[in-house]
Amino acid sequence: MKSIEELNAVKEKTLARLNGNTVRIVVGMATCGIAAGAKPVFDALKEETEKRGLENVVVSQTGCIGMCKYEPLVDVYVPGHEKVTYVFVSPEKARRIIDEHIVGGQIAEDITVASVE
Amino acid sequence: MTHAIDKTNFCNKQTRVALRNCGIIDPENIDEYIARDGYQALAKVLKTMTPEQVIKVILDSGLRGRGGAGFPTGRKWQLARQIVPDADQKYVCCNADEGDPGAFMDRSVLEGDPHALLEAMAIAGFAIGATQGYIYVRAEYPVAVKRLDIAIRQAREYGLLGENIFDSGFSFDIDIRLGAGAFVCGEETALMTSIEGHRGEPRPRPPFPAEKGLFGKPSVLNNVETYANIAQIILNGPEWFASMGTERSKGTKVFALGGKINNTGLVEIPMGTTLRTVIEDIGGGIPNGKRFKAAQTGGPSGGCIPAEHFDIPIDYDNLISIGSMMGSGGLIVMDEDNCMVDIAKFFLEFTVDESCGKCTPCRIGNRRLLEMLTKITEGKATLEDLDKMEKLCYYIKENSLCGLGQTAPNPVLSTLRYFRDEYISHIVDKTCPASVCKKLLKFTITDNCKGCTLCARKCPVNAISGAVKQKHVIDQDKCIKCGVCMDSCKFSAIEKK
Ligand SMILES: Cc1cc2nc3c(=O)[nH]c(=O)nc-3n(C[C@H](O)[C@H](O)[C@H](O)COP(=O)(O)O)c2cc1C
Ligand code: SF4
Ligand code: SF4
Ligand code: SF4
Repeated sequence: MKSIEELNAVKEKTLARLNGNTVRIVVGMATCGIAAGAKPVFDALKEETEKRGLENVVVSQTGCIGMCKYEPLVDVYVPGHEKVTYVFVSPEKARRIIDEHIVGGQIAEDITVASVE
Repeated sequence: MTHAIDKTNFCNKQTRVALRNCGIIDPENIDEYIARDGYQALAKVLKTMTPEQVIKVILDSGLRGRGGAGFPTGRKWQLARQIVPDADQKYVCCNADEGDPGAFMDRSVLEGDPHALLEAMAIAGFAIGATQGYIYVRAEYPVAVKRLDIAIRQAREYGLLGENIFDSGFSFDIDIRLGAGAFVCGEETALMTSIEGHRGEPRPRPPFPAEKGLFGKPSVLNNVETYANIAQIILNGPEWFASMGTERSKGTKVFALGGKINNTGLVEIPMGTTLRTVIEDIGGGIPNGKRFKAAQTGGPSGGCIPAEHFDIPIDYDNLISIGSMMGSGGLIVMDEDNCMVDIAKFFLEFTVDESCGKCTPCRIGNRRLLEMLTKITEGKATLEDLDKMEKLCYYIKENSLCGLGQTAPNPVLSTLRYFRDEYISHIVDKTCPASVCKKLLKFTITDNCKGCTLCARKCPVNAISGAVKQKHVIDQDKCIKCGVCMDSCKFSAIEKK
């Protein structure tokens, strides 16, 4: 990279991707999350989105948000909506998130952070 | 109703600077870091600033080292820039050894936002005139190592590390070195000796690393969290950073909240936040309706803060003045069930294990200190021993070679300062007020006993006798205080005092 313009181009392109039309499902995968079982959750989310052919849904990972006691944590970003955080997510709950929230458009309220706070 | 984690009590009293990207970006994707203004600070520095200007910004921000001692970061960089004007090579090092028991602030940054570290190290390199950086990271952090490795490769691919970055003529690269697994390797001179490929033992200072550091060259060593603030200071200005915090402690601090607290986890708060806010509001208070007794900060080098200082604003100087220290950010909450002598012993056991043995006050002195503490917890000490112990503490502090020995007695001194009565109870009354110290406990069977014989059958040393349906008794001479009987009794008929 030779110039700030090049850096800004990457920034704009990535912002467009992140804020675009895709639904993002983000799993907390720091050591604490992994220890609590985030990997099978990540795999289940991936498998389920692929199985259902959900094209504009991306599953990705992130670091630790700090609330280790609720781990595994999953954030769902649907364009135009407030982020939803799911807690104590298991592979089964991961499939529910896809089924109810991503496909059905209904937040699975009984497993979000609001259900335990 | 909100379902977003950011809106919870735990999160909305925090201010995220060092952790701003953790839990938000994909740490294995450099583009997501760039989308959050990543590498803009490096670009700004290389394109528009002189090294002296960079150092001035960091000085003006008031940033102090987050790894323990709180040395002003700008001053450290200034010394490394100026002290040996004709040095042919200099180094920028990052301390990611994070050895305090229970601490994981740095791990979180390494795993959640590795590019923030790389960018800051490159900025430090430009500021002091170094072209090579080393990250010394705990081998026990495999996820962090992997993500750092990916981040370095991605940064090199984009030309954000390597030759002629941003076409500025400035070149800088970073390599990872795995820690040797000893706590003392986190000490700056031991860390550098370890990177050089030798056994990680401290060496006397002066000369300080700014003059003769890694491979004998002028070097800067900063902690992970210290670096995690740098790019934000460059982008938002020193005034922005200095607007957070207290008179002499600027910005934020990350703490790993642990112990007897409802919300264990990682929190980042502005300096000057009170312990009360951290424990009650963010931490959600103490579980099971128990009473707060003390908070331990500074890990094995730190001390305990009692309830009377609950409203003290947390900053470097306040913590020192009440006999503790900031340390790297462990914050362990203790309630009425914790014995303070036992806590002091726990930390001292750790330092005795980790002493490298190079100097006598630390190697022998701390071992003697631990023996004295053990005597107290067994009810075998006298008040005279207590005085001797206190003297020994000061002797060790004054005569040890490195920070490990110099601070090892702190947990003892601070518990003595605030909880001397607990020491006295152990010594004079031969009791442990919190019912923790085993040798001083007495298990007895009360009138609730139904004579079911279960405890007698479970006791590993046959200390319990009694006929069926008759009240049982414990032979105190035989009892080894294992607690098995108490756990097994279904009628809560066994007391521990
Ligand atoms: C025994 C001992 C262990 C230390 N361990 C660490 C550590 O794990 N991480 C760290 O950043 N600093 C540690 N330090 C402090 C470092 O020596 C050094 O002061 C610090 O890394 C400087 O960075 P800072 O100015 O950014 O805080 C330790 C010091 C001592 C005496
Ligand atoms: S104070 Fe302890 S750890 Fe430090 S050099 Fe001396 S023996 Fe080693
Ligand atoms: S288990 Fe409890 S009730 Fe049964 S004999 Fe022992 S003390 Fe008595
Ligand atoms: S505490 Fe252990 S050793 Fe003592 S009486 Fe109970 S079971 Fe036996």
